[in-house]
Amino acid sequence: MKERLGRVEHSGRGTEANRGECREAAAAAALTFRGLGLRSAPAALPGLPGDRATSRSDLHRGSLERVRRAMDGADLAGKILSTWLTLVLGLILLPSAFGVSLGISEIYMKILVKTLEWATIRIEKGTPKESVLKNSASVGIIQRDESPMEKGLSGLRGRDFELSDVFYFSKKGLEAIVEDEVTQRFSSEELVSWNLLTRTNINFQYISLRLTMVWVLGVLVRYCVLLPLRVTLAFIGISLLVIGTTLVGQLPDSSLKNWLSELVHLTCCRICVRSLSGTIHYHNKQYRPQKGGICVANHTSPIDVLILTTDGCYAMVGQVHGGLMGIIQRAMVKACPHVWFERSEMKDRHLVTKRLKEHIADKKKLPILIFPEGTCINNTSVMMFKKGSFEIGGTIHPVAIKYNPQFGDAFWNSSKYNMVSYLLRMMTSWAIVCDVWYMPPMTREEGEDAVQFANRVKSAIAVQGGLTELPWDGGLKRGKVKDTFKEEQQKNYSKMIVGNGSLNSESD
Amino acid sequence: MGSQASTLLRHEELEEIKKETGFSHSQIARLYKRFTSLDVNGVGALSREDFLRIPELAINPLGDRIISAFFPEGEDEANFRVFIRILARFRPISDKEKSKDAKGPEPLNSRSNKLRFAFQLYDLDKDDKISRSELIQVLRMMVGVNISEEQLGVMADRTIQEADEDGDGAISFTEFVKVFEKTGIEQKMSIQFLD
Repeated sequence: MKERLGRVEHSGRGTEANRGECREAAAAAALTFRGLGLRSAPAALPGLPGDRATSRSDLHRGSLERVRRAMDGADLAGKILSTWLTLVLGLILLPSAFGVSLGISEIYMKILVKTLEWATIRIEKGTPKESVLKNSASVGIIQRDESPMEKGLSGLRGRDFELSDVFYFSKKGLEAIVEDEVTQRFSSEELVSWNLLTRTNINFQYISLRLTMVWVLGVLVRYCVLLPLRVTLAFIGISLLVIGTTLVGQLPDSSLKNWLSELVHLTCCRICVRSLSGTIHYHNKQYRPQKGGICVANHTSPIDVLILTTDGCYAMVGQVHGGLMGIIQRAMVKACPHVWFERSEMKDRHLVTKRLKEHIADKKKLPILIFPEGTCINNTSVMMFKKGSFEIGGTIHPVAIKYNPQFGDAFWNSSKYNMVSYLLRMMTSWAIVCDVWYMPPMTREEGEDAVQFANRVKSAIAVQGGLTELPWDGGLKRGKVKDTFKEEQQKNYSKMIVGNGSLNSESD
Repeated sequence: MGSQASTLLRHEELEEIKKETGFSHSQIARLYKRFTSLDVNGVGALSREDFLRIPELAINPLGDRIISAFFPEGEDEANFRVFIRILARFRPISDKEKSKDAKGPEPLNSRSNKLRFAFQLYDLDKDDKISRSELIQVLRMMVGVNISEEQLGVMADRTIQEADEDGDGAISFTEFVKVFEKTGIEQKMSIQFLD
């Protein structure tokens, strides 16, 4: 394995080293070799263009040599591959099966943290005074005037319409144009200090040669070392999941089957988490969701599911997808009962509620996992919880998930990236670091309707996770805001300018 | 590894904008970033739909009028210069600027320009007068369905009567300015931009 690494880094550094693509660098190296009159580039690197003989007279000799080299190369590649796989098996797969950690990722994280701290200090030293970076990320562009309508419209005079009333609305409107609470939640959070990933480099300027070198090294490490490793792991993890659950599904229903299906799920999830270099801290494990309950959490990305299922088994709720997701879904449901809906069934709320009620009534079934926001938010805030999940009854187990954006941005901006490019971005980040807080179970109180209950749970999760709480609907990512909000404002204003006088008694 | 936000604005343009609007470099950079984030289609200009995508603006009763201010000549698109020029009107008037006499062009955030922005919200047909019907239409936007047409008419008549001096039944810009002679409007028409 060291040999292979050595070769990769050598050819990478020999040419344009600040292009992140390992392959391109290697291909460029091959061309250089040819240019220098050498016959062949190291054949151990796959996918290189074979060298073409330069003259007819060399053709025959060249081809024999080529065949010999190819065989040597294939031999070498085979040996490297098998060493690689053995290492992966020994160091990662087996410990995952037993839930044991060898501490390799801890060492990696320590090195990473030290490097990022060093980088932050360098950047802070290097930036000129006027463009201090702290301003752009943590503080907004404006100081919003939060005075309510009554104060803003100056209640000095006896209430009646004044020409100046329009000032209040125009100021509020312009403030919203410059900075609003909602649209910023649908794009990735800005970092206070750069974390040496190209993709988060928005405001940061060239500081020093050393920093650039570290960044280049980081790119190489991420794309050439970590990415292949992670892709291998993910591949193994998913195949194991599909095969394992299908096999377990063949067994008759029994406690053995349940135990085995749990084992398969947990192992594969742990492998998949390692494939993202995930470091997860679980807090308050005593409140882990129990059977027959409903687990609700804030939603940032599809990886949330992975993170939660690594520590316990849940029954998932969702739409039936096609493709790879569909295969995984069908396999999983053989081993233990998840609740998958057809697209048409999702629209029928009563049907959905009924099926979920049936599921939780059976105390032997696993707790359901639901994300009431309905869409991915960027992990700086919690948006409106849809009341559907809170009408089912049963005990709600809230869970708060907070990612550390310094090591990798987990937010899935589905309008910008599709699933595959999102996963690639995940696998080329430093790591996924997050905290999961299990919270004490909550039930609906007397006289509380579903909406109030949903808001109560939402507040609890927001407070625990250190997120802002917003009353806005996550659906605003794609849809328009409802007119009722505007009508409410109009009503308030009308009340003010007419005083106690007669308002038109129109129905809202 | 450049500062993407402000390198996309050429340096000369940045200086021009700074002189015209009075914003600082970092403020302009951040407003540019905001502009690009609103411009989801990446065309370099904002359309009405881009503005309406901001929920807090969409629920503002005068949302449509405010958005129209960004499309003065009836075009479909607002580029960054137009965008920042409108925003500049809401910059607070600093004491330094107050003491400067009328040397050179009037700053965008002068008291007169702020009042003109408000005047234009009322003046729907851009004829430099606020007529009774225009006033009622704007009132209707602000109150929705909650007040009857007659009551709005009464309010409009009273307002015009108080402000109208030349008796033409409409409010011109000069009359509009006179209404606010004694009131401090600076705070109401200013947004606190942070450095």
